[in-house]
Amino acid sequence: MNGEHVIDVRNVTKRFNGKTVVNRLALQVRRGEIYGFLGPNGSGKTTFIRMLCGLLTPDEGEGSCLGFDIRRQSDQIKLQVGYMTQKFSLYEDLSIRENLDFIARLYRVRDRREAVEKSLARLGLTGRHKQLAGQLSGGWKQRLSLAACLIHDPQLLLLDEPTAGVDPKARRDFWDEVHKLAAGGLTALITTHYMDEAERCHRLAYIAYGNLLAHGTVEEVVAAAGLTTWSVSGPDLPRLAEELRARPAVEQVVAFGNTLHISARDAERLRDALSPHFTPAHHWQTIPSGLEDVFISLMQTARDQYAKP
Amino acid sequence: MKDIHFSVHRFLAIVIKEFIQMRRDRLTFGMMIGIPILQLILFGYAINSDPKHLPTAILCADNGIFSRTLVYSMRNSDYFAVDHVVQSEKEAHRLLATGKYQFILQIPEDFTRRILRGECPGLVLLADATDPSATSNAITAIDRLAREALDRDLKGPLQHLRMERNAIDLRIHRMYNPEGITQYNIVPGLMGVILTMTMVMITSLAITRERERGTMENLLSTPAHPLEVMIGKLVPYILVGYVQVCLILVAAQFLFEVPMLGSLSLLLAAAIVFIAANLAVGITVSTVATNQLQAVQMSFFFFLPSLLLSGFMFPFRGMPTWAQAIGQILPLTHFHRLVRGILLKGNTPEEILPHLLPISVFLMTVLFIGWCRYRQTLD
Repeated sequence: MNGEHVIDVRNVTKRFNGKTVVNRLALQVRRGEIYGFLGPNGSGKTTFIRMLCGLLTPDEGEGSCLGFDIRRQSDQIKLQVGYMTQKFSLYEDLSIRENLDFIARLYRVRDRREAVEKSLARLGLTGRHKQLAGQLSGGWKQRLSLAACLIHDPQLLLLDEPTAGVDPKARRDFWDEVHKLAAGGLTALITTHYMDEAERCHRLAYIAYGNLLAHGTVEEVVAAAGLTTWSVSGPDLPRLAEELRARPAVEQVVAFGNTLHISARDAERLRDALSPHFTPAHHWQTIPSGLEDVFISLMQTARDQYAKP
Repeated sequence: MKDIHFSVHRFLAIVIKEFIQMRRDRLTFGMMIGIPILQLILFGYAINSDPKHLPTAILCADNGIFSRTLVYSMRNSDYFAVDHVVQSEKEAHRLLATGKYQFILQIPEDFTRRILRGECPGLVLLADATDPSATSNAITAIDRLAREALDRDLKGPLQHLRMERNAIDLRIHRMYNPEGITQYNIVPGLMGVILTMTMVMITSLAITRERERGTMENLLSTPAHPLEVMIGKLVPYILVGYVQVCLILVAAQFLFEVPMLGSLSLLLAAAIVFIAANLAVGITVSTVATNQLQAVQMSFFFFLPSLLLSGFMFPFRGMPTWAQAIGQILPLTHFHRLVRGILLKGNTPEEILPHLLPISVFLMTVLFIGWCRYRQTLD
């Protein structure tokens, strides 16, 4: 293994019909790490994951995944990776047990019966093993998918929006499970749109338009963005929001219930822009910037930089 | 009130939405136009239930004037295309067995002389009657044709021979199917038709479904090799194909009492090539179709010409040249000949080889195209 990096890639580029979907991406993920992979829809997250597990060949770039070359050794990589696709991709017309058994056969898992039995028990589905996968609710489908990804005891999990459309309780259980697995040495790369999930990752990366815009721990990413955020509460907030949005120094105005969050990177200019509105009727204060504020700011910057009109 | 009752606006909204969706699915839209056009062309131009210019060979032991007149008038007729003279009876039978010739006219020794003597010599027309509808009109025609041809030469002192009903004794041997039973032709033919329909449609559906539901992506992210996936998906359907073959054979034997002269194991062995050819078409269809509806439509687009141009429903030799050329490409055409050859004619492995080869060429070509396209869909 290359040092302690499970994923170590540089310059990874993929184009579809001349459109660059992933642009010179570099990423390092350590063993046992839960790595969050964030970015707007269509930013190239799924494409990047598909290149990691050998479903796509990068047009440029090199690197290793689990110590194997991502260009030439995708067969070895596949053996040790569990990939969970965005859409439920087990067989709806096969029962829970049949699905697990099928995946176990594909990986030629030793003591297959036992592995399936264990997996069913861990899922808590031993009693319902005959049920068709298509009849399961969203949360259960997601648990089954995770169980299928884990049946061959992989070193690396690639989870593409695993919690989309899953209720909060099931999401929390899912993350507890991922943390337990990571404590056991498993590495996980997870894409998500949920900020609370991003905050549960050890480290994260933010990509937009195929470019890596920020990476590090949550604190590092927030600090690196250099964003200043004010919170205001008081009367007639919708009108205030309109007025503030019109000011060039203000980058974001977001309503949170009965408060507005106003952020910008240039703290001085922001203060100057806001000061005319410092009226006794409103309560103003600076607050620490949230991850969401940072990401929206990054996305806007990326749009100005990379997106063609 | 207008919100509860049937609303023309809401109805129009649905109609407009359907049209938009129809236009988006280009392939389906194309098929909606393409299939009627295909049917018009095939039914309108290709099909002809009165086949003419059927290949005929002559086995002639007589060199007299009447033989020459007879051959000459057959040559001039619409029904017979005489273009070969065979030397032996054995060769004549071989030509019928391989299906190369539809008719053999056997002219006996001293044919001319015996007519002159008023001995009423026998004249034999051997017909490949596996498909009764292909030969019936020509058989009807030969009787009049022979009489008229001879009448022309029976002049002057020979005129009295003309008066007699029987200057010659024309005998027609309907080979392989002497009673002209249609089922003998249709039931073995169904084998290929059913295999084409199920093999192409089921495989294209099975693969398209896997892609449509997203399970293919999951499958390919596992160590499963694309070739393992493909073969693994096809083998079950090959078995299904064999179950169908057996079902038809049992029905042919017990319900329709179709003769089975040849080796059934030879038939089963040859069927694998045909099944594989259809599966290859199914794979190729699945690489083009983006959803299951398109897969069904495209399968139909292949099935329709196969059904109509293969000689199953209408005599192959009745079709115009362009339709025969298309028919020659289709595996079903050759499989029909192969099945009839084995069951009705008792063909040997060497005799079915000319039918098996075109199927193999078709298989290889389509497999190559399908594999190239399948690889593209992976990336």
